[in-house]
Amino acid sequence: MKFADFICFAALIPELKAKDRNGAIAELVSALYNAGRLGKGNCEEIIKAVVKRENEASTGMGKGVAVPHVKHKAVKDVIATIGQSSVGIDFSSLDKQPVYSVILIISPVDNPDKHLQVMESVFKHLQEEKFRKFLRQSKEAEEIEELLREADENLP
Amino acid sequence: MQADEDTLEKVVFETEVEIKNADGLHMRPAMQFVDVANQFECDITVSNNENSVDGKSIMQMSMLAATCGTRLKIKAEGADAQQAIDALSELVEKKHFDEPTPGDPKKR
Repeated sequence: MKFADFICFAALIPELKAKDRNGAIAELVSALYNAGRLGKGNCEEIIKAVVKRENEASTGMGKGVAVPHVKHKAVKDVIATIGQSSVGIDFSSLDKQPVYSVILIISPVDNPDKHLQVMESVFKHLQEEKFRKFLRQSKEAEEIEELLREADENLP
Repeated sequence: MQADEDTLEKVVFETEVEIKNADGLHMRPAMQFVDVANQFECDITVSNNENSVDGKSIMQMSMLAATCGTRLKIKAEGADAQQAIDALSELVEKKHFDEPTPGDPKKR
Protein backbone atom coordinates (compact mmCIF):
# COMPACT_ATOMS: atom_id res chain seq x y z
CA MET A 1 0.00 0.00 0.00
CA LYS A 2 1.17 3.54 -0.76
CA PHE A 3 1.50 6.48 1.61
CA ALA A 4 -0.81 8.45 -0.69
CA ASP A 5 -3.54 5.89 0.08
CA PHE A 6 -3.71 6.78 3.77
CA ILE A 7 -1.61 9.87 4.57
CA CYS A 8 -3.53 13.14 4.69
CA PHE A 9 -0.96 15.49 3.14
CA ALA A 10 -2.95 18.55 4.23
CA ALA A 11 -2.43 17.53 7.87
CA LEU A 12 1.37 17.09 7.84
CA ILE A 13 3.16 19.06 10.56
CA PRO A 14 6.82 19.86 9.73
CA GLU A 15 7.49 21.24 13.21
CA LEU A 16 5.28 20.30 16.13
CA LYS A 17 4.68 23.08 18.63
CA ALA A 18 4.16 20.59 21.40
CA LYS A 19 7.17 19.45 23.37
CA ASP A 20 5.44 16.55 25.09
CA ARG A 21 3.75 13.34 23.98
CA ASN A 22 0.12 14.22 24.70
CA GLY A 23 0.53 17.65 23.16
CA ALA A 24 1.97 16.15 19.98
CA ILE A 25 -0.90 13.65 19.75
CA ALA A 26 -3.45 16.45 20.25
CA GLU A 27 -1.80 18.57 17.53
CA LEU A 28 -1.83 15.72 15.01
CA VAL A 29 -5.42 14.65 15.73
CA SER A 30 -6.52 18.29 15.44
CA ALA A 31 -4.69 18.59 12.11
CA LEU A 32 -6.63 15.59 10.74
CA TYR A 33 -9.83 17.04 12.16
CA ASN A 34 -9.22 20.47 10.63
CA ALA A 35 -8.46 18.81 7.30
CA GLY A 36 -11.94 17.31 7.51
CA ARG A 37 -10.73 13.73 7.74
CA LEU A 38 -12.38 12.73 11.02
CA GLY A 39 -15.92 13.29 9.81
CA LYS A 40 -18.27 14.08 12.65
CA GLY A 41 -15.90 12.46 15.12
CA ASN A 42 -15.26 14.30 18.33
CA CYS A 43 -11.72 15.67 18.25
CA GLU A 44 -11.25 15.67 22.06
CA GLU A 45 -12.63 12.16 22.36
CA ILE A 46 -10.24 10.82 19.71
CA ILE A 47 -7.26 12.54 21.37
CA LYS A 48 -8.24 10.87 24.65
CA ALA A 49 -8.53 7.49 22.96
CA VAL A 50 -5.06 7.76 21.38
CA VAL A 51 -3.51 8.86 24.68
CA LYS A 52 -5.25 6.00 26.50
CA ARG A 53 -3.87 3.50 23.99
CA GLU A 54 -0.42 5.06 24.33
CA ASN A 55 -0.59 4.73 28.11
CA GLU A 56 -1.29 1.00 27.80
CA ALA A 57 1.92 0.45 25.85
CA SER A 58 4.23 2.94 24.22
CA THR A 59 4.28 2.98 20.42
CA GLY A 60 7.76 4.51 20.54
CA MET A 61 9.50 1.81 18.57
CA GLY A 62 13.00 3.17 18.92
CA LYS A 63 15.22 4.90 16.36
CA GLY A 64 13.44 8.21 16.91
CA VAL A 65 10.00 7.18 15.68
CA ALA A 66 6.63 6.65 17.36
CA VAL A 67 3.42 5.38 15.81
CA PRO A 68 0.51 6.33 18.08
CA HIS A 69 -2.71 4.79 16.80
CA VAL A 70 -6.26 3.88 17.72
CA LYS A 71 -9.34 2.32 16.19
CA HIS A 72 -12.23 4.73 16.06
CA LYS A 73 -15.71 4.77 14.61
CA ALA A 74 -15.16 8.31 13.29
CA VAL A 75 -13.28 6.92 10.29
CA LYS A 76 -14.40 4.49 7.60
CA ASP A 77 -10.92 4.06 6.18
CA VAL A 78 -7.43 4.30 7.68
CA ILE A 79 -6.19 7.88 7.84
CA ALA A 80 -2.78 9.04 9.04
CA THR A 81 -0.50 12.02 9.29
CA ILE A 82 3.07 12.80 10.34
CA GLY A 83 4.49 15.38 12.73
CA GLN A 84 8.16 16.24 13.15
CA SER A 85 9.92 17.56 16.21
CA SER A 86 13.44 18.95 15.92
CA VAL A 87 13.94 19.01 19.71
CA GLY A 88 12.65 15.48 20.26
CA ILE A 89 9.74 14.29 22.38
CA ASP A 90 9.74 11.79 25.23
CA PHE A 91 7.48 8.90 24.17
CA SER A 92 8.78 6.40 26.75
CA SER A 93 10.26 4.60 23.76
CA LEU A 94 11.68 1.09 23.88
CA ASP A 95 15.20 2.47 23.48
CA LYS A 96 14.50 5.37 25.92
CA GLN A 97 15.55 7.84 23.22
CA PRO A 98 13.55 10.93 22.16
CA VAL A 99 11.18 10.77 19.19
CA TYR A 100 11.63 13.04 16.18
CA SER A 101 8.98 11.64 13.85
CA VAL A 102 5.45 10.89 15.03
CA ILE A 103 3.14 8.97 12.70
CA LEU A 104 -0.45 9.12 13.92
CA ILE A 105 -2.80 6.48 12.53
CA ILE A 106 -6.59 6.32 13.02
CA SER A 107 -8.14 3.06 11.83
CA PRO A 108 -11.76 1.98 11.40
CA VAL A 109 -13.09 -0.43 14.04
CA ASP A 110 -14.13 -3.14 11.62
CA ASN A 111 -11.15 -3.56 9.30
CA PRO A 112 -8.18 -5.06 11.19
CA ASP A 113 -6.58 -6.31 7.96
CA LYS A 114 -6.37 -2.82 6.46
CA HIS A 115 -4.79 -1.53 9.66
CA LEU A 116 -2.11 -4.24 9.40
CA GLN A 117 -1.42 -3.38 5.77
CA VAL A 118 -0.92 0.28 6.66
CA MET A 119 1.43 -0.67 9.50
CA GLU A 120 3.35 -2.86 7.08
CA SER A 121 3.96 -0.05 4.61
CA VAL A 122 4.81 2.44 7.36
CA PHE A 123 7.43 0.14 8.90
CA LYS A 124 8.84 -0.97 5.58
CA HIS A 125 10.00 2.61 5.12
CA LEU A 126 10.76 3.49 8.75
CA GLN A 127 13.12 0.52 8.79
CA GLU A 128 15.31 2.34 6.28
CA GLU A 129 17.82 4.62 7.94
CA LYS A 130 17.89 6.84 4.87
CA PHE A 131 14.15 7.35 4.99
CA ARG A 132 14.20 8.24 8.70
CA LYS A 133 17.05 10.67 8.10
CA PHE A 134 15.31 12.41 5.20
CA LEU A 135 12.11 12.61 7.21
CA ARG A 136 13.98 14.25 10.08
CA GLN A 137 15.62 16.73 7.74
CA SER A 138 12.34 17.87 6.16
CA LYS A 139 11.56 21.43 7.17
CA GLU A 140 8.42 22.01 5.12
CA ALA A 141 5.21 20.05 4.67
CA GLU A 142 5.95 20.00 0.92
CA GLU A 143 9.29 18.32 1.57
CA ILE A 144 7.64 15.59 3.62
CA GLU A 145 5.00 15.10 0.93
CA GLU A 146 7.69 14.86 -1.74
CA LEU A 147 9.61 12.30 0.30
CA LEU A 148 6.49 10.17 0.79
CA ARG A 149 5.49 10.36 -2.88
CA GLU A 150 9.01 9.42 -3.89
CA ALA A 151 8.91 6.44 -1.52
CA ASP A 152 5.60 5.42 -3.16
CA GLU A 153 7.18 5.50 -6.61
CA ASN A 154 10.09 3.36 -5.51
CA LEU A 155 7.87 0.57 -4.22
CA PRO A 156 8.46 -2.67 -6.12
CA MET B 1 7.99 -29.64 13.79
CA GLN B 2 11.39 -30.89 12.75
CA ALA B 3 14.85 -30.76 14.23
CA ASP B 4 18.12 -30.65 12.36
CA GLU B 5 21.11 -31.13 14.53
CA ASP B 6 24.28 -30.94 12.46
CA THR B 7 26.77 -30.14 15.20
CA LEU B 8 26.57 -29.90 18.95
CA GLU B 9 26.63 -26.10 18.72
CA LYS B 10 24.21 -25.57 15.89
CA VAL B 11 20.65 -26.49 16.76
CA VAL B 12 17.93 -25.49 14.35
CA PHE B 13 14.22 -25.87 14.94
CA GLU B 14 11.44 -24.81 12.65
CA THR B 15 7.69 -24.75 12.87
CA GLU B 16 4.71 -23.24 11.13
CA VAL B 17 1.99 -21.43 13.04
CA GLU B 18 -1.31 -19.85 12.11
CA ILE B 19 -2.42 -16.47 13.40
CA LYS B 20 -5.74 -17.15 15.14
CA ASN B 21 -6.77 -13.92 16.84
CA ALA B 22 -9.24 -11.87 14.81
CA ASP B 23 -7.19 -8.67 14.73
CA GLY B 24 -4.03 -10.39 13.49
CA LEU B 25 -0.46 -9.55 14.42
CA HIS B 26 -0.95 -5.88 15.23
CA MET B 27 1.40 -3.97 17.49
CA ARG B 28 0.41 -5.40 20.88
CA PRO B 29 0.70 -9.06 19.85
CA ALA B 30 3.85 -8.26 17.88
CA MET B 31 5.35 -6.79 21.07
CA GLN B 32 4.37 -9.90 23.03
CA PHE B 33 6.03 -12.03 20.40
CA VAL B 34 9.23 -9.96 20.47
CA ASP B 35 9.25 -10.03 24.30
CA VAL B 36 9.05 -13.82 24.37
CA ALA B 37 11.60 -14.16 21.54
CA ASN B 38 14.06 -11.98 23.44
CA GLN B 39 13.97 -14.32 26.43
CA PHE B 40 16.02 -16.76 24.37
CA GLU B 41 19.61 -16.76 23.22
CA CYS B 42 18.96 -18.29 19.81
CA ASP B 43 18.40 -16.34 16.59
CA ILE B 44 14.76 -16.26 15.55
CA THR B 45 13.57 -15.66 12.01
CA VAL B 46 9.91 -15.32 11.08
CA SER B 47 8.69 -15.53 7.49
CA ASN B 48 5.52 -15.23 5.47
CA ASN B 49 5.53 -15.88 1.74
CA GLU B 50 7.21 -12.58 0.94
CA ASN B 51 9.52 -11.59 3.77
CA SER B 52 11.83 -13.07 6.34
CA VAL B 53 12.32 -10.88 9.38
CA ASP B 54 14.10 -10.84 12.73
CA GLY B 55 11.66 -12.19 15.33
CA LYS B 56 13.31 -10.07 18.01
CA SER B 57 12.69 -6.72 16.27
CA ILE B 58 9.31 -5.04 16.74
CA MET B 59 9.72 -2.90 13.60
CA GLN B 60 10.50 -5.92 11.47
CA MET B 61 7.71 -8.00 12.96
CA SER B 62 5.25 -5.19 12.20
CA MET B 63 6.24 -5.51 8.55
CA LEU B 64 4.70 -8.96 8.25
CA ALA B 65 1.12 -7.65 8.19
CA ALA B 66 0.02 -11.08 9.39
CA THR B 67 -3.77 -11.05 9.31
CA CYS B 68 -5.98 -13.63 10.99
CA GLY B 69 -5.47 -16.93 9.14
CA THR B 70 -1.96 -16.08 7.95
CA ARG B 71 0.58 -18.89 8.30
CA LEU B 72 4.04 -17.93 9.49
CA LYS B 73 7.22 -19.96 9.57
CA ILE B 74 9.31 -19.59 12.71
CA LYS B 75 12.92 -20.69 12.60
CA ALA B 76 15.17 -20.74 15.65
CA GLU B 77 18.91 -21.32 15.58
CA GLY B 78 20.93 -21.78 18.74
CA ALA B 79 21.26 -23.82 21.90
CA ASP B 80 17.76 -23.03 23.25
CA ALA B 81 16.02 -23.18 19.85
CA GLN B 82 13.52 -25.84 20.86
CA GLN B 83 12.39 -24.01 23.99
CA ALA B 84 11.99 -20.82 21.93
CA ILE B 85 9.88 -22.57 19.29
CA ASP B 86 7.71 -24.17 21.98
CA ALA B 87 7.12 -20.87 23.76
CA LEU B 88 6.37 -18.94 20.57
CA SER B 89 4.02 -21.60 19.16
CA GLU B 90 2.11 -21.59 22.42
CA LEU B 91 1.80 -17.79 22.36
CA VAL B 92 0.54 -17.69 18.77
CA GLU B 93 -1.63 -20.80 18.49
CA LYS B 94 -2.73 -21.73 22.01
CA LYS B 95 -2.95 -18.36 23.71
CA HIS B 96 -3.54 -16.45 20.45
CA PHE B 97 -2.01 -13.46 22.27
CA ASP B 98 -4.88 -13.52 24.82
CA GLU B 99 -7.12 -11.99 22.16
CA PRO B 100 -10.49 -13.17 20.81
CA THR B 101 -10.62 -15.45 17.78
CA PRO B 102 -13.34 -15.18 15.11
CA GLY B 103 -15.09 -18.32 16.40
CA ASP B 104 -15.20 -17.02 19.94
CA PRO B 105 -18.27 -14.74 20.06
CA LYS B 106 -18.68 -14.63 23.82
CA LYS B 107 -15.29 -13.00 24.28
CA ARG B 108 -15.74 -10.33 21.60
